[in-house]
Amino acid sequence: MSGIRLEQVTVSVPTQDGERRILHETSLELTERRVALVGPNGSGKSTLARLLNGLVPATTGRVVVDGLDVAHEGREVRRRVGFVFTDPAAQLVMPTAREDVALSLRRTHRDKTERLVAADRVLADFGLAGFGDRSVHGLSGGEGQLLALAGVLATGPSILVADEPTTLLDLGNSRRIGDLLLGLEQQLVVVTHDLDLAERCDRVLLVRDGRVERDGSPADVVGHYRATA
Amino acid sequence: MSAQLLGLHQPGTTWLHRLPAGAKLLGLMAASLVVVLVHGPASAVVFVLVAAGLVVWSGARLGFTLRAMRWLLLTAAILGAWTVWQNGWPRAVEVVGDLVALILLATTLTVTTPVDEVMDAVARGLRPLRRVGVDPEAVALAFSLMLRAIPTTIGLAEESRDAAVARGLERSPRARLIPFVVRVVARAHDTGDALHARGIGDD
Ligand SMILES: Nc1ncnc2c1ncn2[C@@H]1O[C@H](COP(=O)(O)OP(=O)(O)O)[C@@H](O)[C@H]1O
Ligand SMILES: [Mg+2]
Repeated sequence: MSGIRLEQVTVSVPTQDGERRILHETSLELTERRVALVGPNGSGKSTLARLLNGLVPATTGRVVVDGLDVAHEGREVRRRVGFVFTDPAAQLVMPTAREDVALSLRRTHRDKTERLVAADRVLADFGLAGFGDRSVHGLSGGEGQLLALAGVLATGPSILVADEPTTLLDLGNSRRIGDLLLGLEQQLVVVTHDLDLAERCDRVLLVRDGRVERDGSPADVVGHYRATA
Repeated sequence: MSAQLLGLHQPGTTWLHRLPAGAKLLGLMAASLVVVLVHGPASAVVFVLVAAGLVVWSGARLGFTLRAMRWLLLTAAILGAWTVWQNGWPRAVEVVGDLVALILLATTLTVTTPVDEVMDAVARGLRPLRRVGVDPEAVALAFSLMLRAIPTTIGLAEESRDAAVARGLERSPRARLIPFVVRVVARAHDTGDALHARGIGDD
């Protein structure tokens, strides 16, 4: 039951004169612990990633996560699939770090005092002890992304999807976030332009022009991408 | 940088800090009604003075607060100039005074109250409406997002201005305004996605 399955999925968007297919028919089964999606800008990586928690609905076909149909059991799917985006500023919605993590804990911790204590524990787990009262506006890119990740993982997902989580970060921070992602116990699906990160995954998919052009071992797919980019 | 302060709680021990969030929220609503309903330039000046007094009393760091508000104040000044031209001085004083008073009152609330408490107060206050299908938690979250949107929007305005200046287009309202609107809409969209993905609003 566990894992991600795409059954003959296509995604189309409406245009002035009809519609444009941004993801051509794709069938996939992702069971590896760490999967990377690479490919040029505008190739459909985000579309593919967003299908996994229903942010983008499949136009035809079915997306199944842990045996749940994303189209019909969206709420249950979102509990299992955490999603991290590129820009921390868009993901952090509360004024302070503690409150932002606490927002994620609203479902599991009804009592407010307990919730704030739990939030501090989460912050400490992510090396953000002492950041509780800091404004989310004042964090550096690396700290912000770390906090965004903490907020998402605090909800206890079994799968984490990350769409270019390191694109805005400097080398050191991008390595730090990359290491953290690769070390997670959750299944990871990461969209990235960082080919070093992709090479450290268990499976890599190259997306081009709305199709999975190549799918296999990191050495093979990243090698092919480097040769044809 | 300057956008950071607005909408941010500054811990303190003043009487305003200790007042329950619900009381402050009701007070803000009542005061806003008064500001909007009472007409005339003289009352607008009084409102500004009272609101400014509250901000000072709340212990907000003044220089910092003023710097954080300079874009709102600039907007108010432009609005004022336009109103002077269209409707004359008394009307302009009233419009700008009311606007600045409302901004200062809201600032007092955010400076003295953690957003979490505001949200709880909103949710509590709306609980009776649950029977008619209102989701108090959702409204409370929307409220906190609104507060959060103020500094974010100012930050985006500064970004847009910097980008326009960098391209030598600082005099062009289009080069400033259009990217700004696009940024605000894009950010709102991204934030919606992030909330949705965090399952917020699901329950
Ligand atoms: N909601 C949408 N409406 C119209 N076009 C879209 C939409 N979402 C994505 N696209 C288009 O689909 C293509 C793939 O987008 P995306 O999945 O974001 O690519 P990537 O993440 O690989 O850069 C792009 O050409 C993009 O412009
Ligand atoms: Mg993308």
